[in-house]
Amino acid sequence: MQKQLMQITKKKDIALDTVEMVLANKYISKYAVPGQFLHLLVPGQMLRRPISIADVDKESETVTIIFKILGAGTKQLATCQVGEAIDALGPNGNGFPLDMKRDSTAVLIGGGIGVPPLYYLAKKLHEQEVNLFAVLGFQTKVHVFYEEKFQQLAQTIIVTNDGSYGKTGLVTDVLDNFTKPINRYYTCGPMPMLSAVKRQLVNVEGYISLEERMGCGVGACFACVIPTDHQGGYKKICQDGPVFSAKEVQLQ
Amino acid sequence: MNLAVEIPGLSLKNPIMPASGCFGFGREYSQFYDLNKLGAVIMKAATLQPRYGNPTPRVAETKAGMLNAIGLQNPGVAKIIETEVPFLASYSVPIIANVAGSTLEEYKEVAKAFNETDQVAALELNISCPNVKQGGIQFGTDPYMAQKVTEMVKEVSQLPVYVKLSPNVTDIVSMAKAVEQAGADGLSMINTITGMQIHLPTRRPLLTNYTGGLSGPAIKPVAIRMIYEVKQQVKIPIIGMGGVMNAEDVLEFLLAGASAVAVGTANFQNPYICVEIIEQLPDTLNKYGFSSVKAAIGGAICE
Repeated sequence: MQKQLMQITKKKDIALDTVEMVLANKYISKYAVPGQFLHLLVPGQMLRRPISIADVDKESETVTIIFKILGAGTKQLATCQVGEAIDALGPNGNGFPLDMKRDSTAVLIGGGIGVPPLYYLAKKLHEQEVNLFAVLGFQTKVHVFYEEKFQQLAQTIIVTNDGSYGKTGLVTDVLDNFTKPINRYYTCGPMPMLSAVKRQLVNVEGYISLEERMGCGVGACFACVIPTDHQGGYKKICQDGPVFSAKEVQLQ
Repeated sequence: MNLAVEIPGLSLKNPIMPASGCFGFGREYSQFYDLNKLGAVIMKAATLQPRYGNPTPRVAETKAGMLNAIGLQNPGVAKIIETEVPFLASYSVPIIANVAGSTLEEYKEVAKAFNETDQVAALELNISCPNVKQGGIQFGTDPYMAQKVTEMVKEVSQLPVYVKLSPNVTDIVSMAKAVEQAGADGLSMINTITGMQIHLPTRRPLLTNYTGGLSGPAIKPVAIRMIYEVKQQVKIPIIGMGGVMNAEDVLEFLLAGASAVAVGTANFQNPYICVEIIEQLPDTLNKYGFSSVKAAIGGAICE
């Protein structure tokens, strides 16, 4: 991980309040793996913002991020223009394990702004010829993004809470409909969704990417922790995670 | 430019050190720069037993600052001495150990343990943590309790003791005088100011602990005022802290009466901030007509 300047080369609104940004940086694009994040300094904000890496292009030396405009920081970040440079720490965290055999089967389960890190993961697993299913949940039709991109790599099911697009309900409503036995799941999204996925797929090996309000983003301040057992053990999301084995962490 | 400062137990090549709790035990920041560049390192607080801290969320951003309620998470003093102190001791930088506790006895035991290593240069007595239910701030807001805990720790400590004062008091001078009388070798000030933020979507305090300690540039004027007041009433040196973001801020702390300056929240924004400040300091001192750090200390105080 290093502190680097990343130049914005592309910026696009891809869904309601959802921005895709392509950032150029040689070092970070070279070392980033799926599941890692960037800790971005947004002008005028005291604390950096952790944003997951959605894609990496090693050839053009760029990293793609997707973020939702939710508060002051992301609102400010969305005003940054192509050509401007963003101060980033990265790549941070551990990333998803990629040790899956050819012809094994994985399901990627994303909720809302938890979908982006699963995209680069899907690309890597697809290269390894892993069979992929993707279940992507969004609030409503206007929030849906990356459907076609996932379709190219995985058999993809879109779910919206209100049924305005794809299937109606929650991602957990469609987890029993796969045509092949699942060897592993990967998931990222809001905490209630992660808990429900973990409960439902209790017999499947799983990896969960977590999000929390962060301070330093490098493991020094102990702000973003997750309980690991009932004896009071904790792990640091920014440093030990953000990806954890489902067995390893206690979800609320 | 002479940046060196001598205060009890600490020969500092420059007056800049990361503040307790903002730098872990140094490992993470050692991947960014050579820790030998620092004046000193103040370690994260140690308690006798491991502490797991508060439930998340533990941090909230504010205008020009942040609230934290970590809750003194640490692996316990024995583990810190076994695994963390040796790492920091591999650098030639004085180590200041932050000592916390819930009871007088615990403070004493933690202080004793650090005295038994020969790798710690001084203790910072944490009587001002606002984020734990017992101990911490109760020792820091009552002059009698502050005096008591300082005396007890001084009894068992050969190492110099810097008492970290809480700003959450009406009369900071009486707190400073109480710990000076109890034998404190120096003061460290200020800790965070208790605050709260309400999360609009849930209509509840954002931090699970409800309250947190406010740090960052928002509290700098409070720190400057308190150091300025205390400096005139005590003889022991002060390590100043509270919202330092650049070398100008450091000079302001020196002029108010601090002999050394700790940098906290700014590390989160810029992991290189301590070394950048050290590099900027000679030019800044020069710009305002000082030929050394020492020449600036207490310079704002009119006799």
